[in-house]
Amino acid sequence: MTAFSRLSCVMIQPLLTRVVRRIAARHPSLFARLGPHQATDFLIDPIELPFALHLRPDPDALVFRAVPRDAAPEPGALIRGKFMLLLELMDAEEDGDAAFFSRDLEISGDTEAVVRLRNALDDVDGSIADETAAMFGAPGRAILARLRRNYPTQETGAFAP
Amino acid sequence: MSLAELICPAGTPAALRTAVDAGADAVYCGFQDATNARNFPGLNFTPDELADAVVYAHAKGTKVLLALNTYPPAGKVDLWRQAADTGARLGVDAFIVADMGVADYIAQTHPQVRLHLSVQAAASSPEAIRYYCERFGVKRVVLPRILTIPEIKQVRKDIPCEIETFIFGNHGLMVEGRCSLTNYLTGQSTNMDGVCSPASDVEYKRDADGTMSSQLAGFTIDCFGPDEKAGYPTICKGRYTAPHRPDAYYAFEEPVSLNLSRLLPELIDAGVHAFKIEGRQRSKSYVRGVVTAFRHAVDDIRAGRPADMANLVALTEGQKQTQGAFETKKWR
Amino acid sequence: MAVTDMTKLTLGPIAYHWSAEERRDFYARIADEAPVDEVYLGEVICSKRAPFHEPDLPDTIARLERAGKTVVLSSLAEVMLKRERKATADLAEMDAPEIEINNAAGLYARGDRPHRIGPFMNAYNEATIAWMARQGASHVCLPAELPGEAIAIAAKAARDLGLGVEVQVFGRASLAVSARCYHARAHGRTKDNCQFVCEDDADGMPLCTTDERVILRVNGIQTQSESYVDLLPEMPQLASVGVTHLRLMPQAVDMVAVAQVFRDALDEKSDSRDAEQALKDICGDVAFSNGFYHGQAGYRRIALTTAS
Repeated sequence: MTAFSRLSCVMIQPLLTRVVRRIAARHPSLFARLGPHQATDFLIDPIELPFALHLRPDPDALVFRAVPRDAAPEPGALIRGKFMLLLELMDAEEDGDAAFFSRDLEISGDTEAVVRLRNALDDVDGSIADETAAMFGAPGRAILARLRRNYPTQETGAFAP
Repeated sequence: MSLAELICPAGTPAALRTAVDAGADAVYCGFQDATNARNFPGLNFTPDELADAVVYAHAKGTKVLLALNTYPPAGKVDLWRQAADTGARLGVDAFIVADMGVADYIAQTHPQVRLHLSVQAAASSPEAIRYYCERFGVKRVVLPRILTIPEIKQVRKDIPCEIETFIFGNHGLMVEGRCSLTNYLTGQSTNMDGVCSPASDVEYKRDADGTMSSQLAGFTIDCFGPDEKAGYPTICKGRYTAPHRPDAYYAFEEPVSLNLSRLLPELIDAGVHAFKIEGRQRSKSYVRGVVTAFRHAVDDIRAGRPADMANLVALTEGQKQTQGAFETKKWR
Repeated sequence: MAVTDMTKLTLGPIAYHWSAEERRDFYARIADEAPVDEVYLGEVICSKRAPFHEPDLPDTIARLERAGKTVVLSSLAEVMLKRERKATADLAEMDAPEIEINNAAGLYARGDRPHRIGPFMNAYNEATIAWMARQGASHVCLPAELPGEAIAIAAKAARDLGLGVEVQVFGRASLAVSARCYHARAHGRTKDNCQFVCEDDADGMPLCTTDERVILRVNGIQTQSESYVDLLPEMPQLASVGVTHLRLMPQAVDMVAVAQVFRDALDEKSDSRDAEQALKDICGDVAFSNGFYHGQAGYRRIALTTAS
């Protein structure tokens, strides 16, 4: 599992780097809303994926990388949930309050950091997921569509093959 | 029949555009500082953002109401005055105020801008409301969430201004503008700093058995079983024990959300001029869903059609909801 | 403390539902023994309680005035029901004694006739105080959560306008009021059928977190601090910035002794450490706090540096 996890991280990293740079360039106001938490290490943990995501939203030294869970840094704030739920939260398609209170989402560490990140992302118009998918043209959009199909409901988290 | 304007929350510029596009008659928002009661991290507007927001909203016929609804502590009054000056310059349609000094300043300096009395002023009787109307020229009062519909109807007859009531969202019973609970535990004040259980003091602690406690400044506000729905550690929504209550209970109120969708026709009939949706701290998906559903319902009612209430009820599906004080006074 | 003869000690209105008999005894002792200059009377928290002790008011007023105390009648903090509106309007018609107003409904009824502004009126700043002074306010009691720096500015503004300025220096702080009665709720009742269960808790009903820390006190519709505010050490500062009145809130302890401790401290008859110890002895194991004054969490106890 660990080897698989490390391999996954290596494979996905170039994509993550491209995605985050693109988003940062297109949505500079996002960083202002993060305020002092530009320097905070966020660990975003999609429970079904073989790795977690480490985000440090510092506009001058942006970090967004896939890390095996056992090699993840001690985060300032942790956000854990099903991948599709996290994706929807990022797009503000899902209401963070509702998700958290239903306990589909788990947060720990610096709560203010999470609230700032949530509010910063919420101020982005449109869909970051769609934007990301579009970066990879038709194949990208197809992958996202398939992902969304595969998670028909986030209540059950049912994963249709 | 009253106009039944829909007053919608906007915590960010994106949420504001979402609310406008979803059919809000007016949006309310605040600056990124202590001048409003939702001074939460990462939320609210810079003056530049508000300028753009006013242009966007006005282009679509939506009004912008600026919340200046906190109480400046002595020595810091200028921050509120500057916020009012900025709002007036940017062309906001009304100020929502609570502090008498702030109300007086706006009435003197920006008499062309409407004054709305915030729920934070806690004006819950015709006499209190008339005081603000006669002394400051207040045009609308946001009523505390503690009156029944017959009481609202009576108040309407006894006051010279419009009434705005909350119809959806967070349900609080503490008299707003008179609560120092957060300051008692955290050192940050709801009235002076615009915060309520600030995120910087919030921590969730999980035990190995799956139970979780929500803490504020190190005080346990609530504790949840592994499958129990969790809540934010708002002091008045916590569970405590008392001498007669050895098992922790909701000493103040159940964590429920207000949903008056079923009472909309009666509220309109009672003369309520504007319906307020709570939730500047909520996401734009919440704003989109709630505003869209209430827009349809209000339009239907105004056109004399039966409104489809199912959508509105579904907004809080699975969560506890209440019609609060509005239906009965038994809760008191 | 050269300002001693200017600085008055006051006794705030009883927040709890003490019985008529307890109140009679209490005020008899206050009249005879307590070194306070002014006494606030009247029901501020719950209009349902008023009928129990209102009939005694004229006698109590007379008794206190005979003893040389200035009496002030305080109005309800929450005004919504018909009986509350009427009580407020009736109070506003009185010429004597002075009245303290705790709700805008009272301001409306009072017009520009002289009145005091109570702690529930949210007089947080100099602009609001100036406004209130223009409407006839002669005296203002500042909110319990106002920090020292703001108190200084507010006090100066009020003094410049000729107003008295009051700050609570002893007793539980009012943290919230509500339309709902939490005493009734704790006993599975509602406000309408409360059966006056709040009478059982002469010093409020403690609320305890699930990890067994007592943090709040319930008093009917009011929520109070668990700790007693104690600004004994801060009194010289308060007096020096122009605060004219220091308020002691009645708690279920020997209030005559409490008043004596504060009086002696004001008169510099005791050193501050002895005064603190005396207050502890009177109040038992209750926690003292002064966090609000120091701009910190209200429950905290901040030690003054010895330099002061």
